[in-house]
Amino acid sequence: MSEIVGKIVRISGPVIEADDMRGSKMYDVVRVGDENLIGEIIRLNEDIATIQVYEDTNGLKPGEKVISTLEPLSVELGPGLITNIYDGIQRPLPAINKQTGDFIARGVEAHALDRKKKWHFKPTAKRGDKVKGCDIIGEVQESTIILHKIIVPPDVQGVLSSVGKEGDYTIEDDIAAVTTDKGNVKLKMLQRWPVRKARPVAEKYDPSLALITGQRVIDTFFPVAKGGTAAIPGGFGTGKTVMLHQLAKWSDAQIIVYVGCGERGNEMTDVLREFPVLEDPITHEPLMNRTVLIANTSNMPVAARDASVYTGITIAEYYRDMGYDVALMADSTSRWAEAMREISGRLEEMPGEEGYPAYLASRLAEFYERAGRVKLLGSKNKEGSVSVMGAVSPPGGDFSEPVAQNTLRIVKVFWALDADLADKRHFPSINWLKSYSLYLEEVSDWWEKTVGKDWLKLRNRAMALLQKESELQEIVKLVGPDALPPRERGLLESARMVRENYLQQSAFHEVDTYCPGKKQYEMLRLMLKFSDKIQEAVGKNVHIDDIISIKSRETLARTGTVPNEEFEKRFKSLEQEMENEINSLIKGRVK
Amino acid sequence: MKRKDIEYTTVSEVAGPLMIVEGVKDIAFNEVVKIKTSFGEERTGQILEAFEDKAVVQVFEGTRGLDTKNTSARFIGETMKLGVSKDMVGRVFDGTGNPLDNAPPIIPDERRDINGDPINPCAREYPREFIQTGISTIDGLNTLVRGQKLPIFSGSGLPHNELAAQVARQAKVLGKEEKFAVVFCAMGITSEEANLFIKDFENTGALERTVMFLNLADDPTIERIILPRMALTCAEYLAFDLDMHVLVVLTDMTNYAEALREIAAAREEVPGRRGYPGYMYTDLAMNYERAGRIKGKKGSITQIPMLTMPDDDITHPIPDLTGYITEGQIVLERGLHKKSIYPPIAVLPCLSRLMDRGIGKDKTREDHAGVSNQLYAAYAEGCDLRDLVAIVGEDALSDRDRKFLQFADEFEKRFVSQGPHEDRSIEQTLTISWELLSGLPVSELKKIDETYIKKYLPPVKEEK
Repeated sequence: MSEIVGKIVRISGPVIEADDMRGSKMYDVVRVGDENLIGEIIRLNEDIATIQVYEDTNGLKPGEKVISTLEPLSVELGPGLITNIYDGIQRPLPAINKQTGDFIARGVEAHALDRKKKWHFKPTAKRGDKVKGCDIIGEVQESTIILHKIIVPPDVQGVLSSVGKEGDYTIEDDIAAVTTDKGNVKLKMLQRWPVRKARPVAEKYDPSLALITGQRVIDTFFPVAKGGTAAIPGGFGTGKTVMLHQLAKWSDAQIIVYVGCGERGNEMTDVLREFPVLEDPITHEPLMNRTVLIANTSNMPVAARDASVYTGITIAEYYRDMGYDVALMADSTSRWAEAMREISGRLEEMPGEEGYPAYLASRLAEFYERAGRVKLLGSKNKEGSVSVMGAVSPPGGDFSEPVAQNTLRIVKVFWALDADLADKRHFPSINWLKSYSLYLEEVSDWWEKTVGKDWLKLRNRAMALLQKESELQEIVKLVGPDALPPRERGLLESARMVRENYLQQSAFHEVDTYCPGKKQYEMLRLMLKFSDKIQEAVGKNVHIDDIISIKSRETLARTGTVPNEEFEKRFKSLEQEMENEINSLIKGRVK
Repeated sequence: MKRKDIEYTTVSEVAGPLMIVEGVKDIAFNEVVKIKTSFGEERTGQILEAFEDKAVVQVFEGTRGLDTKNTSARFIGETMKLGVSKDMVGRVFDGTGNPLDNAPPIIPDERRDINGDPINPCAREYPREFIQTGISTIDGLNTLVRGQKLPIFSGSGLPHNELAAQVARQAKVLGKEEKFAVVFCAMGITSEEANLFIKDFENTGALERTVMFLNLADDPTIERIILPRMALTCAEYLAFDLDMHVLVVLTDMTNYAEALREIAAAREEVPGRRGYPGYMYTDLAMNYERAGRIKGKKGSITQIPMLTMPDDDITHPIPDLTGYITEGQIVLERGLHKKSIYPPIAVLPCLSRLMDRGIGKDKTREDHAGVSNQLYAAYAEGCDLRDLVAIVGEDALSDRDRKFLQFADEFEKRFVSQGPHEDRSIEQTLTISWELLSGLPVSELKKIDETYIKKYLPPVKEEK
């Protein structure tokens, strides 16, 4: 097809209209104006194409040219993604920094992946092998912990007619060739994939493995599964970003894709500063070595914000197709929805609820559906997963707004952040009465097999205790705590222990920030044992004030900060001490 | 004839702050327009929407007196720019960048687009230098650091201006003498309020290092849209080209947002929440995100935007969207003000997101983080108990609870309350904190490391 060159006829912020564009397709990428700004076609009407521009349109003039590339918005996939940081349309920010300095100028062109760098390629398939999409033909050590599998693109199938020898190649060098029905296809390490199209899979499984995050309130009370979806809604200051950072740091996924969508610049800087220093608890390598960052901060062009979540999920799917467990964090999906609203407003579309476009729900659903634990396309029946965790920033902290509501209809885990808890510095401020997880049954198998047989029972007992506490609090508000019978006061004290020292966890304490599964289980077991002992003692007429002033209560409260290497030993002696102290109180009473 | 000399008299429509010019050629989006009214008065505008032969222009000084017959428009061929120079320090400018202080115009070193470009997240330096404001509630509990944007959420009739002036007056980084400037941007405030700042700056000698951009309540609304952009362009120049540490005070952002809504309504855009445009978040972010530090540069921009929450409602779109962008917030409360507590900072909803990295050993003091968390938790508990006492009376409380109740009262009286000219050092703030905490049972101080309790907790006083 010949080149399509149109001209600008209208400019309104990030949306422009161009004439003479007949022949272009929806969502084709175009280059706009003399500065070659990047844009995407979002509406066609005879010769007129409406285009959202991914860069600032200041100074753009009607009459300047628009050239269609005839290709949809795509990302580059290949070695070099890990440890990199990209903007919403996958331009590498460090490279842009070198090109244009501290501020992001317009019309910058930079390849997402370094074309000159040589990677050491090791073939794992040989000539004559039959291959399908997602079959592995070789490996590249991408970072100290990530072995980048070079896979056959999903739409290629045939017989390998050649495979490169082990050695150093750039991503544009030919490394293999496949004879297909349609002819010979050359494969490079560099591949492309349109961002708005989900990469195909053979089959979707139900998620059943727990994604361990090291966060007690999540892992124990509201777990998420590998391949699951979760939403974190909360007003400002409730700790959404810290929560997502915690998940990005400590989740036991192998690859993390972190999308900063319309949020603060300093937060991305924080990630950039911290991740290369922090150590992954499993591999003891810097966290950055398994992370891809997408940063489209709130002051970067709004149309690229819309693209950023798609860019992120496509990269996540690519690593999934190698057989990895990938976790994607999107902070915040509300900003993405607002970008949709802004563009939709400029298109003068009929607005739905609160000015959001009518297709908001379907876009959100489409996005979250790209998560999942799947059987990969390849001939080896391998598995991979993409878990998606999205922050939602509801205006005024009111969860009844469209983005939160439409998200909750799709996701399986709901971590409700609560401004009242945040005000009391109860962090993570996940409200235990409002939150839920539909993966509880699925993941309990794993916990019971590997950690403790009575895991689910313990968890449910603790939950019931907290529920009971909230009921009692209603009464306390009316009559004061002293008016309660001793048993109920004992319950309140037990619940307080769980609430203040189990649910709360400091993201900034070097030990408490990550709590291994076994330690979580043991902590909860001890706290419930404390609860049982209180009831036993109260039943023998020991005064509640005497019980709560025992020394081991304070030690129990500080269990979160006991170093992970020595907790088993220390917990054992604590358990003994606690029993002794309460037993002696009971004895004193009986005599 | 050059393009920029063509005068179009083809104004076809004037509506609210907007004007439509037909039959134009070769115009650019966001280009500046010089408008001449039929009386020969000159005004400035900017293209909001550009067509091949038509331009929608927003007029900065208001559309009063414009007509569709004699009014003429000239397109000057560039977007809105501000001439910047080191001589701007100590001067006062209006909403279009002209001097207001009867002194000659500045000779710019450079002309810069007022919209600026976003700072590359890779180029940012994470803010972590403690700024001592001398105000306990800020320094102790919501520490401000260099390069942060920390807004003050206030209500009509609360002393936010006094507080901002106090911060501007007392703010310093300990142990360092560095080039320092204040950029003061007033959007739609009364001349009385503006005078308060000017006088305060005069009295303390700060005026010489202050750049003022003024758009007072009776100046055209529409200029409020560009005023913070000009102020921030100036601040960026001072900070990143001239190595100064710049404190930008933006007041009042509520007026800014109102102006934004006015233009959106005039353009008949689909409104978002409460009539504010759907892009208000992005628009506010374009201003707020221009704070920060850059790797390898000496200077910094610290922002203190101020806004009045309509009806003291923190969920109103203006404070709400601001809180989502800024790195925390300082919230003023009417109840405390009525109790004659100055500054009336409602501690619980306040937050400084960058605090954790700016405090601690070698920055403030090793016990700072723990003390701050403990004060928060104890005060929150005390406040909860106040509600309880209102129902069941103080007698129904346990001893422990009574101590917390007392703590909350003492905390407001001794920690929150201080004089408008009282400049407390961080040590003083922490000393007061420990004195207050000593009123609680030691076993309740769970948020503080045991070693610090031993080191800093004052010995229990004998009861008389």
